[in-house]
Amino acid sequence: MKRYSAFAVAKEAMRQHTGWDRAWAKRAPKKKYDVIIVGAGGHGLATAYYLGKNFGITNVAILEKGWLGGGNTGRNTTIIRSNYLQDPSAAIYEKSRSLYETMSQDLNYNVMFSPRGVIMLAQTQHEVRGYKRTAHANALQGVTTEWIDAARVKELCPIMNIDGPRYPVLGGLWQARGGTARHDAVAWGYARACSDMGMDVIQQCEVKAVRQENGKVVGVDTTQGPIDCDKLGMVVAGHSGVLAQMAGFRLPIESVALQALVSEPIKPCMDVVVMANTVHGYMSQSDKGEMVIGGGTDGYNNYTQRGSFHHIEETVRALVETFPMIARLKMLRQWGGIVDVTGDRSPILSKTPVEGVFVNCGWGTGGFKAIPGSGWAMAELMAKGQSPLTDEFSMFRFREGKFIDESVAAGVAH
Amino acid sequence: MLTLHCPYCGVDADETDLHAGGEAHLKREGPGASDVDFEDYLFMRENPKGVHFERWRHAYGCGKWFLAARCTNTLQVFGTYPAQTLEPPQEIKDKISAARPGWSWGNLT
Repeated sequence: MKRYSAFAVAKEAMRQHTGWDRAWAKRAPKKKYDVIIVGAGGHGLATAYYLGKNFGITNVAILEKGWLGGGNTGRNTTIIRSNYLQDPSAAIYEKSRSLYETMSQDLNYNVMFSPRGVIMLAQTQHEVRGYKRTAHANALQGVTTEWIDAARVKELCPIMNIDGPRYPVLGGLWQARGGTARHDAVAWGYARACSDMGMDVIQQCEVKAVRQENGKVVGVDTTQGPIDCDKLGMVVAGHSGVLAQMAGFRLPIESVALQALVSEPIKPCMDVVVMANTVHGYMSQSDKGEMVIGGGTDGYNNYTQRGSFHHIEETVRALVETFPMIARLKMLRQWGGIVDVTGDRSPILSKTPVEGVFVNCGWGTGGFKAIPGSGWAMAELMAKGQSPLTDEFSMFRFREGKFIDESVAAGVAH
Repeated sequence: MLTLHCPYCGVDADETDLHAGGEAHLKREGPGASDVDFEDYLFMRENPKGVHFERWRHAYGCGKWFLAARCTNTLQVFGTYPAQTLEPPQEIKDKISAARPGWSWGNLT
């Protein structure tokens, strides 16, 4: 793999950029792999990357039914934070956030990580108490967050109206080291690094069946033919239920549509990420100048990747009160992704009833921020059969009542 | 916008007038149930890409709960029927069979 550097760019500039390699190789599937990962989104690619990097397992295929990073990895609002309430969540999300800090160097691929800071607005007394509690919990967990008052919120984000009659800003939970990253680049960077380790990233290869012998996985049937494997990792977010059904077990998740939209690009006006969970809206400004706005989920199961229009109206109506200046913005694009939501709003990284099959799903509305940590933990789980980061996230925790209840702390906005 | 026909008041209600209530035809488990059955009842929801049966409430209309048969992949609505129904009416099942031959959902076919 040709390393990307200022020197390489200068050198290629001298010869019309004819010397670049493909970022990742296009290969046909082999007959057998040690590990097959289904789903070449951020989580799947990160899992494969850390299997190779941390455990030396490189006979790996990553299968993708569409195109690389074309699911929720390319559809989120790119927010990265780790200010969760419960200890197991804080551990995996903070691991993830810390991996983002060095990701561009580790992958030799610029993921444009921008630790610009994230404010979660408290707009009701309930949220004030909730976020103060989270700040205390984070202090115990070693996650740097602080409770800030309304004046400080205004100082950090001057375009905000903190006196809104309906939803006044009472303060916020501030994580200075949270931020955003370029979501596509995260998938592309991992794919390039995986390909460089000799792994096969195979796009337009849909899994149609999971083959088993004596309760153990032996391979998958795909649109590009049968492929054998010793271990199978299912990392397919919204379609986890469909894939689990092929393997003959059920998952405690439901798939719903979550939407986002962006405005026309404007000059820089906001250099932090703001999340307003009471009104289910969150906003940041991209490097192109677009205001990136995330909204709420639909209330019903859905696989259509678009979502209901009235949710956009609700989100924008609420945000206009807090950010009066966006009232005059035109919105450019709107899209939806299918998110997999569990009963306690926490993910599942787990062994399954089928030996050799592992599942990584349930990230719901908050998967992007977790990509490197999720991949790191999932790789350890698949390589060693156990990981301290995934112990609490078993798919069987619901039976035992061991919930990791983040629905209060995180609400819909992740 | 999703539109469902309320079987009680006869209104074709827009999604904004409705409240989604999750999976229909749940079998409620009692104190004697096993852990697995109770987990199924509380958390293991049907999550099909295709034919689905759901509870809906006509929240900003007559206020009543009803059931709907819908496709989660295309948003096609096969029909709605009263909540006091243990199994979908045959005419709705026939309609689904015409549109999605070989469908199944939980124990239903």
